[in-house]
Amino acid sequence: MNVLNEWAFIGMFAVLAPIFPALPIVIAWLFRPRKPNVLKSSTYECGVETIGDTWVQFRVQYYIYGLIFLVFDVEMVFLFPWAAAYNEMSLFGFVAGFLFIFLLTDALFYAWQKNALEWK
Amino acid sequence: MELNAISIGFVVFTIFTLGGGIGVVTTRNLFQGTIWLMVSLFGVAGYFVLLSAPFLAAVQILVYIGAIAILITFAVMLTRSVTRIKTRYIRLVPSLLASLALFLILLLGVTMPIFGGVSPEHAPATVASTRDLGAALVDENGYVVPFLLASVLLTGAMIGAIFIARDDTA
Amino acid sequence: MVPLWMYLAVAAALFSLGVFGALSRRNAVAVLMSVELMLNAVNINLVAFWRYSETSTDLLLNGYAFTAFVLIVAAAEAAVGLAIIITVYRNRRSVIPEEAAALKG
Repeated sequence: MNVLNEWAFIGMFAVLAPIFPALPIVIAWLFRPRKPNVLKSSTYECGVETIGDTWVQFRVQYYIYGLIFLVFDVEMVFLFPWAAAYNEMSLFGFVAGFLFIFLLTDALFYAWQKNALEWK
Repeated sequence: MELNAISIGFVVFTIFTLGGGIGVVTTRNLFQGTIWLMVSLFGVAGYFVLLSAPFLAAVQILVYIGAIAILITFAVMLTRSVTRIKTRYIRLVPSLLASLALFLILLLGVTMPIFGGVSPEHAPATVASTRDLGAALVDENGYVVPFLLASVLLTGAMIGAIFIARDDTA
Repeated sequence: MVPLWMYLAVAAALFSLGVFGALSRRNAVAVLMSVELMLNAVNINLVAFWRYSETSTDLLLNGYAFTAFVLIVAAAEAAVGLAIIITVYRNRRSVIPEEAAALKG
């Protein structure tokens, strides 16, 4: 049952964290006056209405950055256990871990050489 | 199944996982679909906590919700007409029947002892830790070859994806 | 403690949902998301079997390590798959898999 004690705090946070921002919104919704008119409920009360479609296409550069982030985020899956077992490791394991990092650095080097990191 | 924190957690995470999954396959707006996917992946992370694999739960949230779901969001933003395809489904009835049949077969397989022995009710008291995983990953008799192959796979995936997605004409 | 078959039943339901989505959705990104659901169902199965097997005490880490490898493969699959979808969209203005049939004989 020690699972319970370890995770009780995270469980409490998970319950309380949505309540905290939701509570003021609910209170404001309960007490606010309701007098809508056309000007108030327009998208921009003081501003210009948008012309055409607002769902614009994003640049592919965002995807490339997200991709490089993904690769080095996933690297953590193996590097964290490797680091946790660092003190009881043979030289072979040490070299294997560094080979892993070296191979992934290769990919970063490729992205750099192809100017994929530059914002065009 | 007695009522305690673990069984309550199991029910809550089941609602998250399957509810999110239903949201993913039924939603019309794909941007909302990625949000449902995140809900479902969070439920799976909760299962990993219940199965005493906290490292995998953390990795599930960091990698799946933090990176893969964000990448899918970018892809939804980049393929602009995504949200206004009128018909959601093709082959709706055959795929519904096929997946339902698959589910019933799998359910029969896991509840009835027809494909082998009886499934255990209780888990062993002790479990391996993250440190054991790290030691096994780089051990000559362990997983060192898949460990390095995973690195090669990631390098190849990153180079390939950059090569495909880069817009050379711009 | 929750018995093993309950985890397996939830994983079966999630996998079937993924199969349904992958077979029936019209949009390629939605198909990819359904594949991610299927991979997660497999991960639940792997971790549940690892946890409930008697040999998990003897540091037999097959299920645990396999889950980590599935995560890596899922990340690589999502990266390349989405890159292909974006490129196909850029060239053909479509995200429907059936319409990208230029190589069909």
